[in-house]
Amino acid sequence: MAKLTFKGGIHPHEGKELTKDKPIREVLPKGDLVYPMSQHIGAPATPIVAVGDHVLAGQKIAEAQGFVSAPVYATVSGTVKAIEKRRVVTGNLVESIIVENDGNYEEVEYPAVKPLEELTTEEKINMIREAGIVGMGGAGFPTAVKLSPKEPEKIEYIIANCSECEPYLTSDYRRMKENPDLLLQGLRIAVGLFPNAKGILAIEDNKQDVIDMFKEMVRDDDKILVKELMTKYPEGAERMLIYACTGREINSSQLPADAGCIVDNVDTLVAVGRAVTEGKPLMERIVTITGEAINDPCNFKVRIGTNYAELIEEAGGFKTEPAKIISGGPMMGFAIFDTNVPTTKTASAMTCLTDAEVEWLAPTACINCAKCVEACPEHLVPKNLADAVENDDEERFLKEYGMECCECGCCSFVCPAKRHLTQQIKGMRKIQLGKRAAAAKK
Amino acid sequence: MSDLRTISSNPHVRSRVTTSNIMFWVVVALLPAALLGVINFGLDAAIVLAISVATTVLTELIYEKLMKKPVTIGDYSAVVTGLLLGMNLPSSVPWFIPVLGGVFAILAVKMVFGGLGQNFMNPALGGRCFLLISFTGYMTTFPAPNEVTFLDRIFNISMDAYTGATPLAQIKAGETVNVWNMIIGRTAGTIGETSMLAIVIGACILLLLGIIDLRIPGMYILTFVLFIGLFGENHFDPYYIAGQLAGGGLMLGAFFMATDYVSSPITSKGKYIFGAFLGILTGIFRTFSSSAESVSYAIIIANCVSPLIERWTLPRAFGIKKEKKETEVSKA
Repeated sequence: MAKLTFKGGIHPHEGKELTKDKPIREVLPKGDLVYPMSQHIGAPATPIVAVGDHVLAGQKIAEAQGFVSAPVYATVSGTVKAIEKRRVVTGNLVESIIVENDGNYEEVEYPAVKPLEELTTEEKINMIREAGIVGMGGAGFPTAVKLSPKEPEKIEYIIANCSECEPYLTSDYRRMKENPDLLLQGLRIAVGLFPNAKGILAIEDNKQDVIDMFKEMVRDDDKILVKELMTKYPEGAERMLIYACTGREINSSQLPADAGCIVDNVDTLVAVGRAVTEGKPLMERIVTITGEAINDPCNFKVRIGTNYAELIEEAGGFKTEPAKIISGGPMMGFAIFDTNVPTTKTASAMTCLTDAEVEWLAPTACINCAKCVEACPEHLVPKNLADAVENDDEERFLKEYGMECCECGCCSFVCPAKRHLTQQIKGMRKIQLGKRAAAAKK
Repeated sequence: MSDLRTISSNPHVRSRVTTSNIMFWVVVALLPAALLGVINFGLDAAIVLAISVATTVLTELIYEKLMKKPVTIGDYSAVVTGLLLGMNLPSSVPWFIPVLGGVFAILAVKMVFGGLGQNFMNPALGGRCFLLISFTGYMTTFPAPNEVTFLDRIFNISMDAYTGATPLAQIKAGETVNVWNMIIGRTAGTIGETSMLAIVIGACILLLLGIIDLRIPGMYILTFVLFIGLFGENHFDPYYIAGQLAGGGLMLGAFFMATDYVSSPITSKGKYIFGAFLGILTGIFRTFSSSAESVSYAIIIANCVSPLIERWTLPRAFGIKKEKKETEVSKA
């Protein structure tokens, strides 16, 4: 079978060999845990505990506000120390609940759960909503909302995004390798929510062992398909992934449901399975601490809210002075200036790169080489868009589909003139989105 | 500025390819044809090439120094221009021809428009066409290759039919040409255009490195063959077609000058159209015009049309349907 893919994309240095063979190791938090109220897209949650309260692991400490929102749970037992603004990976200050860890890890008694067969679709979706599950691949869109489209009968495929195309990251890979049953359980539950849906495990072919394993595991299940994808960045971008798996194209203003698809990340589906079968809220995730600047790159099972600096220490600290510390992977992650930030529901990795990997050359003149055009998975002409930004020509930017950009970074990656194409386009998109929001308010 | 690197936006890693290493490889890829030119036409050819490269590089350097701009000769683009210009000259031209051509190419075609990336036509061809118009005599007198070169000794090639007329002129005059001689460059012509073999070797280097692809040269050659096959004197006579392909500047033009990034369209569809347009123009010039120097003119005319082609062929973004006007669907 020919490998499924999309047009465009790049092949950056994978860097996955650093942590690919490192089994997941559980790390218990030492210091305080910080729970930002906004770890998802949508309205921030509101605290329902007060300073001085004693909380248990698995206890809800903040309630969702409205439909597109998600509750937050304590992941350790301890005392609420403060409710104040704290810095998060994006650099913003976000209202957070700080819990002082008592080191006992006492958990709440989870209410008994009905067997799967007896649960209605509505009950299942409620359990997922209550568990505070959001897209753990990075976007943080509340999963319950995703799983309640307007016309459920039109959903044909639930795609488990197992491509992990971002360089250096191996958290999904380790999760699949070590807990394939948990992923399948979650995917089967998600598929069961829809009358006409099938499940797809979409895996890049650099994870052949996982592909073979899943093929074996779902041999007798005609509702779950394993699709082999070409290893290429950004294969796991939602719209590229849908195209690779189904041949359907959607633009930036459409939802995957418009193509009859719902896409969920590996850890998200694992959490969905846990929520529905065990009644457990989202409390942990797998985080890869990696990069050439790290002494002992690792995959950790982390209680959400744990400080990143503790994880770096746990990974042996820095081997050399890191030139760049990135929350996430090198293609789409955020560069951060302080490691004293909490892990959140969407924290998949911290990548610490040395000078050699993040070599920085001054931009030179564009030579019209078209490498950005070839690489753009959205079929844009990044050069023109960046020129439009430089000339402050918003009309041209919009006309040439600037808003369709997914900010994947391919254009900047390939540019021989080292122009900051992605950055320029991203900046203008922010301005335009701001304008749209302002116009919508009026 | 580089201090901001620690907090700069994504992507945080970049490919190793830079403008200067692309240009460097173009120089390397031009060397086989240049070398064969020197072998075929002797020391004169080497001197013309050297003067040409020295002039383009110095012109850029002096201009930038005078204008107090950052010096960019390190990106090898001036070397590429100089080498290409030299390879487009007959070896018999006096020293001031490459000097004038080089100054014109860099100053009038490249620098005054803003330097690398801003020139609207290929600088080397701009220089050549300037010389063709101003010094037609020098530019259209082609010396015969050296009587005996070491290549002849290696391949033991017979010494017949060495005249000063280019193969294309011979075809026009109804004379027979030796295609094998054209392939290894044992014909009259400019320094770099005569050996099809050396040009193809160079082109393969660029193709394998992914610096150029076949969209422009492939369409160019294909359309050209179709055109002369339909409208040329001898139609699809293989001997005639081979002569048309190997004689003159077609190969050098198709692989090294039509593919110039700056002056060709950035869009994929645009590249096909650009190539086809070149093939038709060259076909028209070669079939219906009295001048045998058609490739250079075809390329610079196409260069001027390139921005238009680019505008017409802007791709539709992923997932955008053809008829449907963009509708504002809020994303939940």
